Amino acid sequence: MSAERKKLLSVAALSLMALFLWWAQGHLDGYKIQILNLVAINIILALSLNLIYGFTGLFSLGHAGFMAVGAYVSSLLILPAAQKETIFLLEPLVWPLSVLQAPFFVAVLAGGVAAALFGLLISLPVLRLGGDYLGIATLGFAEIVRVVANNLPGITNGALGLKGIPHYANIWWNYGWCLFTLYFIVRIVNSNFGNVLKAIRDDETAARAMGIDVLRCKVISFALGAFFAGVGGALLASLLTTIDPKMFLFLLTFNVLMIVVAGGLGSISGTVIAGVVITVLLEWLRFVENPIDFGPIHIPGIPGMRMVIFSLALLFIILFRREGIMGMREITWDGLACACRRGGKDRG
Amino acid sequence: MLRAEHLDVFYGGIHALKDVSINIPQGKIVTLIGANGAGKSSTLRAISGLIRKTGKVFLGGEDISSATPEAITAGGLVLVPEGRKIFPHLTVYENLMLGAYVRNDKAGVNETRDWVYDLFPRLRERAWQKGGTLSGGEQQMLALGRALMSRPGVIMMDEPSLGLAPLLVREVFEIISTINAEGVTLLLVEQNAFAALRVAHYAYVLEVGRIVLEGTGAELLADSRVREAYLGG
Repeated sequence: MSAERKKLLSVAALSLMALFLWWAQGHLDGYKIQILNLVAINIILALSLNLIYGFTGLFSLGHAGFMAVGAYVSSLLILPAAQKETIFLLEPLVWPLSVLQAPFFVAVLAGGVAAALFGLLISLPVLRLGGDYLGIATLGFAEIVRVVANNLPGITNGALGLKGIPHYANIWWNYGWCLFTLYFIVRIVNSNFGNVLKAIRDDETAARAMGIDVLRCKVISFALGAFFAGVGGALLASLLTTIDPKMFLFLLTFNVLMIVVAGGLGSISGTVIAGVVITVLLEWLRFVENPIDFGPIHIPGIPGMRMVIFSLALLFIILFRREGIMGMREITWDGLACACRRGGKDRG
Repeated sequence: MLRAEHLDVFYGGIHALKDVSINIPQGKIVTLIGANGAGKSSTLRAISGLIRKTGKVFLGGEDISSATPEAITAGGLVLVPEGRKIFPHLTVYENLMLGAYVRNDKAGVNETRDWVYDLFPRLRERAWQKGGTLSGGEQQMLALGRALMSRPGVIMMDEPSLGLAPLLVREVFEIISTINAEGVTLLLVEQNAFAALRVAHYAYVLEVGRIVLEGTGAELLADSRVREAYLGG
């Protein structure tokens, strides 16, 4: 298939998507639109974790920490000064932050940059570790962020959190950032640098023997992943309009990790598909937490039941389909054309 | 071409290499043989800068004792690690291109790739296949081809015959001779002493971290001590 035609198909697919979103905004209720928004944010978060874990092989559990940094930085930039004065009850907000204001786009960007800087800062000590140890260290750093946020009332408003964050993150912002993330990460993964990252994931010793500066490449990948995690956190904060330290528990990282593993480590298409499916399921499965009657059998509502179901699902994926929905494969226009032709031949 | 002088390596309290000095002249194949744990791999890892050591290493007269592994590869000394270590999820083509990571001349890289494809026609046939789908022998070809992509002056190979069927072992040693005929200097570490000594111009025998014997391949093949210890009497 020619590059020209692929570009045409991509534009067509994007227009269809835009048309759908436009239709959704007019016809779906607020709850469904909220889920659509969450889908976009979860895809951003999962893509960023897939870059770190799936493509570079760094088992990182620090996503909630990056998200928290992004969420707080961007929220403080978009909160109106009057709102800042009302919500900071424990201690007034420290000076430059109390007057600083930025447009939403700049605020989200700043959130991402702050998260990337934080990623850079911790990458130098933690990226010397490998495998499970890295997971534990990053998990620890995410907890540190949360504890610090809880104990800095002059900046984060402590356990009270930030309330009344302007709801700028509408469908267009979220899907715009989602598209940018998708494009950027696809470009990275298919570039020469992407191959270097995959080489490091496949075999670090061999990568070093090729003359690759392994630590530097890992740091870059980690910081890029942290950037998009920060962007995701910033969008989420504006979507929910309220954040507090308790929101950034390990469960948040777990949800993102679940999407990445279910979709396939090292598959972008898989991450997008799993991002949609799991976000929708997370909402839809709420019915299992209500009381259910199977004829004579009465099951009382158990809060947290859907997490049990998800843990079981993750267990089954790891037992029976470890590579996830897509493995390392991708859906491409060429692949689709091939499948169509084969399907046509079968019918004829 | 490559000279290591008085190398000492410690792993914690274990003295793994004791005053090892070896010399690899330009255009020759030199082999390092010895039993498990004799320090063969440690020698290669010490020379390529992957582990801490004391002593001096010279590459073409230049002191590379304290250079990073990246700088050493860029300087023209490449290690083919034990167990082949190709990148299984990348295609053969991508594997080869990563071998040329330290080079910036695009035209030159394409030329080298064609040369590698001519050396190993099998790799050209399988260029778009994932590395992990190749057979053991083909993976060894790929590992060697990848090392050649940086156009190194010296290649160090760690156990190239490990885990290969006897027929493939012969093929690998033929490839080694071919590469050497193309002007590449080789340092070969082997447990398969017989095969290694037959292709080598010069050989060292390592025993518990110390060089106990050296000589030309033919001399060592005839040496009674070597025959007894490594060639089964």
